[in-house]
This record gives sequence, C-alpha cells and structure tokens, in this order.
Amino acid sequence: MPAEYAFNWAAVGIAAIFGFGGVASFFVISWILAPRRATSLTGIAYECGILPTGEGNTRYNVRYYLFALFFLIFAVETVFLFPWAFVFLDLPAAAFYSMVIFLVVLFFGLVYAWRKGVLSWR
Amino acid sequence: MSLLDLITIAIIVFVLFNGILTAVLGVIWAERKALARLQQRVGPSRTGPSGILQTAADAIKLMLKEDVRPGSVNVVIFYLAPLLIFTPIFMLWMVLPFGPDWVLSDLGIGLFYIVAILGLSVVGHVLAGWASNNKYALLGSARNAAQLISYELPLVFAVLAVGLLAQTATDRPFSLAGIVEAQGSVPYLVIMPLGFILFLVGALAETARIPFDIPHAEEEIVGGAFVEYSGIRWGVFFLTEYAGLATMAFLATILFLGGWTGPFSDQVPILQPFYLLVKMAAIILIVFWIRAPLPRLRIDQLMAFAWKLAIPASLVNLLVVATIVWVQHQNGWELWVTSVTISVVSIVLAVATGIFIQRRREQRLRQFRQRWAQ
Repeated sequence: MPAEYAFNWAAVGIAAIFGFGGVASFFVISWILAPRRATSLTGIAYECGILPTGEGNTRYNVRYYLFALFFLIFAVETVFLFPWAFVFLDLPAAAFYSMVIFLVVLFFGLVYAWRKGVLSWR
Repeated sequence: MSLLDLITIAIIVFVLFNGILTAVLGVIWAERKALARLQQRVGPSRTGPSGILQTAADAIKLMLKEDVRPGSVNVVIFYLAPLLIFTPIFMLWMVLPFGPDWVLSDLGIGLFYIVAILGLSVVGHVLAGWASNNKYALLGSARNAAQLISYELPLVFAVLAVGLLAQTATDRPFSLAGIVEAQGSVPYLVIMPLGFILFLVGALAETARIPFDIPHAEEEIVGGAFVEYSGIRWGVFFLTEYAGLATMAFLATILFLGGWTGPFSDQVPILQPFYLLVKMAAIILIVFWIRAPLPRLRIDQLMAFAWKLAIPASLVNLLVVATIVWVQHQNGWELWVTSVTISVVSIVLAVATGIFIQRRREQRLRQFRQRWAQ
C-alpha cells in the first residue's frame, strides 16, 4: 500500500509540474516566434477604444463580499461532511443524528438569510 | 518508488497532456460545427475535410500573434494567472479512470481530491482580473469568482450524494473506479435524477457555458477577466474552458452514467474506453445543444438560482440519500430496495422542483402584466 500511495501522489505532483511547464512552454515558443512592433499606443489598457480614465482597479459592488462570506460557511460544512460521509456507516447512531441536526441548523441559517433579504441582489 | 516508476508516470502524463490538447481542438471544432447546424449555417468548411483543421490553424495563428501587454499590468501575476488556471484542470485528469485498469492514480479519496482541486481555479481567474488593472477585467473576475463559488456548492453536494450512495455497493465509495463498480448495470442517473440535474447545472456554471456566461459577457464587458490577454495567453484561457468542459463531461459520465460499463464491456475490455468516450461525447453535445437556444442570465437571476433553488435542493437531496442509506444499513435491506426508494423520492423531488419553478414563473408573469396594465 505505501508504494502505491507514493506512486499515486507522485503522479499528481508530476501532473502539476507538466501543467505549469507545458503552458509556460507555449509562452516561450510564442515569445520566440511572434513579431514585436510596439507603438506608443500599444501599452494602453483596453476600454473599447476610448482612452481609459481613472484607476484600473475601481470599486465594485459589496454584494460579492456577502456571497463570499456565505460560501465560506458552506465550504466549511463540506469539509466536515466529507470525512463523515466516508465512515458514517461504521460509527454509532449518534454520529448520523448529529450530522443531520448540523445540516438542518445550517439549512435554517440559509432560510434566515433568505428572509432577511441578503440573497436578493439589490 | 523507483526511477523507472517516475519515468513511466512522466511519459503517461506527457501523453495525457497532448491528448487533452488534441481533444480540445476536436471539441472546439465540434462546437462550431454543431452550433452552425443548429443555427442553419455551414460552419468551418475550408481548412481540411469539413473544416476539421480550422481550430489547429487558429491555434498556430495565436502562437504567431504579437504579444501585447499593457504597461499598467502587474507583470508577475499577469503571467502567472493563465498557468494557475490551467494546472488545476490538468491535475484532475490524473485520477479520471478510462477503464478498470486504465487509470494513472486511483486515489482512495478521488472525490475529495476533485472537489478540492476544482476550487483552485477560481484563484487564477481573480488574479487575472486584478493583475490586468482594467475595469472590465476586474468586473469580470468578480462575477466569475461569485459564480464559481456559488455553483460549487450544489456541485459538491451532488457529488457527495453519489459517494454516499456508492457506500451501499462497494468498500471504496470515494474512488472514481469504485463508484463505477458500485453502479453495476444501473447507472446513478436512473437512481438519482435530481442529483444529475444539479450536477449538470453546476458543471455548466463552473465552466461558464452559455446560460451562465455572465463573467465573460462579450457584449458588455468584452470577455471579462481576459480582456488584456492576447495571443497565446488568450488561447490558454480558452484551452482551459474547453478542457474544463471535457473534464466535467468525463466526471458526469463516471458519476452518473456508469462510466465504462455497457453491452459486452466485461467480455471485450477494449470496448470500455470506447463506451466511456461515447457517453462523454453525448454529454458534450447536450451542452452545445443547451447553448444554442438559451439567452444569458443576469447576475441577480444567476445568484438567486444558485442560492434559493440549487443549494437548498442539493441539501435536501443529500439529506434524503444519507437517511435512506443509513436506514438501509440499520435494517439490512436488499440493495434494490434502497435503489428503488431513492429513485422514487428523487423523481418526486425533481418533479416538485419543476412545478415550483413553473408556478413561480407564472406568478412573476402575472405581477409583471398587472404592473404594466395600469
């Protein structure tokens, strides 16, 4: 089993290296082959042909932040759910019921946020 | 773990990398051709037979294009972002099984690995938008982040329900090969149709396909996070999008369509990858078909659909499957009893959800008409 374990995760690591290296090699090939004729206007940010005004990194809607917070809650929930789902048939009944209660509590949290109007985009 | 092992892995990974590149060229050609047919056009027809070399020609053209980089970008992150977007999608392919023996790394926690790695690609999109120092790119990346994280939840819950269901029939419920073996001759599409629909919706949103392509929205923010990317770096964004589509179709095949099983697949092992690719192609064609008639959703409709419908529905689906599997385990039911129970409950839930959507739609329409009649 340990040999197989090392093999499996080595494959994942080598895939990460190949993914990075492969795409980087495209950039290198393109850098070698492509022409470069920069003019004074080449370096301007693209805004449909109109000269850009103000900063590039502008302010945007705070709604995105609220949804990110919500996602965080549910992402933590999935982190708890996966190990539980792996073993719950071998555990005593309390493990099953406590996870169901946890899910139901989170579900009511979602309903509460819904009633408060957090989920509607205004 | 010897040097020979490492070399073997490297060769297989290299073959997979090139296989994915070729597959993406084929998928893009197929999309242009299928979409053209659906819109009563001919599509690419000049380069090679039926224009099959058109995307290859496009890729070479992108390679040779001048590499324009605006002066205001954050250079390191700007160059790093395409790499960070593509690498997670490629890493997913290591655990995908083409057949019972045709898998490079059969992780025991394959499902968890997929969910974890899938979440990484959002980092690349956000970095690309931020480093571009451009308003359109920033808006696009914010939308992309919001969409990816919102639709990740129904996707993950649907995948988790498959893992729970597989526990009834195999002792390796979280390995992808184990899930295919657990399905046997009855695919989980039949047992859990609600889960399949939720998975498909989540997959469409994760790959930003058309009903959910507000992050790209060519008509308003001209492409979103990759406005400032040109040449081959722009190509890498599209490569990733189509590689992601192929990955999602592969996952749907493994999790819901019974993977490599089909008529005579046990007697003739060479048929197994063939069946798998045929099922995958069918799912990809369905995605193209969805693209043709549907308009783009607004961002508020998009978020409302994720948080008010897809996430509650997937939570209910998960709870129902967990409860039935638990009760079956406690009472020692036969396997088919569990399957039939879950199937009936899932179909009832899916139909109820459909009726709910329809009623809500009619209600909205009435309100709208009343307001405009006054």
